[in-house]
Amino acid sequence: MSQIDVRAAITQAHHEDWARVVASLTRRFGDLDIAEEAAAEAFAAAVQRWPANGVPPNPGAWLTTTANRKAIDRIRRENKRDDKQKEAQLLYDDKPPEPLGAIDDERLRLIFTCCHPALAMETRVALTLRMVGGLTMPEIARAFLVQETTVGQRITRAKAKIKAARIPYRVPSAEDLPARVSGVLAVLFLVFNEGYLATSPDTDPVRHDLTEEAIRLTRLIRVLMPEDGEVAGLLALMLLTEARRTARVSASGELVTLDEQDRGTWDAALIAEGHRLVRERLAARVAPGRYQILAAISAVHTSARDVRGTDWSQVVALYDQLVRLDPSPIIALNRAIAVAELDGPEVALAAVDRLEHKLAGYHAYHATRADLLRRLGCSQKSRAAYDKAIELAGNTAETASLTRRRDQLG
Amino acid sequence: MQYLVSVIDDTAGRATPEEEAAIDVFNDRLQAEGHWVFAGGLGSPSSATVIDNRGEEAILTDGPFVESKEYLAGFWIMEAADLDVALKLAAEGSKACNRKIEVRPFLGE
Repeated sequence: MSQIDVRAAITQAHHEDWARVVASLTRRFGDLDIAEEAAAEAFAAAVQRWPANGVPPNPGAWLTTTANRKAIDRIRRENKRDDKQKEAQLLYDDKPPEPLGAIDDERLRLIFTCCHPALAMETRVALTLRMVGGLTMPEIARAFLVQETTVGQRITRAKAKIKAARIPYRVPSAEDLPARVSGVLAVLFLVFNEGYLATSPDTDPVRHDLTEEAIRLTRLIRVLMPEDGEVAGLLALMLLTEARRTARVSASGELVTLDEQDRGTWDAALIAEGHRLVRERLAARVAPGRYQILAAISAVHTSARDVRGTDWSQVVALYDQLVRLDPSPIIALNRAIAVAELDGPEVALAAVDRLEHKLAGYHAYHATRADLLRRLGCSQKSRAAYDKAIELAGNTAETASLTRRRDQLG
Repeated sequence: MQYLVSVIDDTAGRATPEEEAAIDVFNDRLQAEGHWVFAGGLGSPSSATVIDNRGEEAILTDGPFVESKEYLAGFWIMEAADLDVALKLAAEGSKACNRKIEVRPFLGE
């Protein structure tokens, strides 16, 4: 096997087995810290040994066994310092890793623990990317533009809190499950959105590494919870959004809005998969949640040949449904954009203006107003709104697009 | 596992009769279900005295060790299997006493 093949095998094992190894060790040793360190050591051992000894026939089992040994080594080392008795118990407890069936459930435990509501959102994101996604601290730090030490502290503090406050390592009860699943999905959606529309002027406008990771983790949850409609909805939404990724930023680094995108460059395979999931949820005939409705809206957009061919009455009807679930002003703003296509910019502008007191600090509010005012021929007011939007926007591609549209005003 | 469940207050007032009654119902439940360890309401922070006997002699200071808008008005010590159980109980406690609540684990052995 060539060095390149070995490297590919290690990458693949990392993708497929990292969360499994961390989850099974956490279950066995009851300690995230030990699990994380032992998993990292096992993968380091693979990098060292596989090129010379070859890739083992079952890489996942090799990694789990190696990580188990590393964890036991560490515990023995620590026990030598303080407690000889525990060491004896550990020796006795040296049982083989659990069979594969039970392990899927363990990954789910790991996800729910990392996304526990008693942890701050930014901590949940960092912990999930580290423990479930297997990203390194420097990778997470780069993704969220924070210092590596900050990420390290966040994760260390979270592990300490989980241990000290005894945040349970289990799948929540049926009664708590919907709220807790939606907490997990919120973490993944945040990771995806940060990748899809990076909020800083210092990064690439689209962070493919983050969108890809969010999709990978959502796929994993979908495998673990195939019956959950919102999991399917979020996955569909991500796929249908990711499908438009390359069309979304022009060669000159400018954000391309939906109406101007070259639909021929959309990823047909991702769209087909997203549509399949949306159809599956429609067939389930269960009242859809937020992500399923957003996915359905995305499906309407991605089914149309162009903007004029879009079924806008369907889009507005879906937004009406969404507003009933989530009366947030951002949803109302997006609904107004669809209303502009259905009932004209004047009706839409009236709806947008009603949101001013809630959204005056949000760039998309001003950008939407600017576009509507432009369509209504109010150049001066439109220019002022574009200025405000440019001032508030953080994403470089978005700023470029807004600047062009402003400068095109007569 | 034991948790200190602190009642955070930012009003000058004591619990109203309705709040007292709701707290009694909640306490009865804690005892019936085996979560009760201890509970009590505290006098106002201005009734506190701080004592420091690390030096030559004990020094007394009138008032609480930290002045803040929010203060500890009372607490429960609860027995709970894990944080999820403690948080659920604390959520009910917050409703009963009509105050914010902090949940903090005791150090493990």
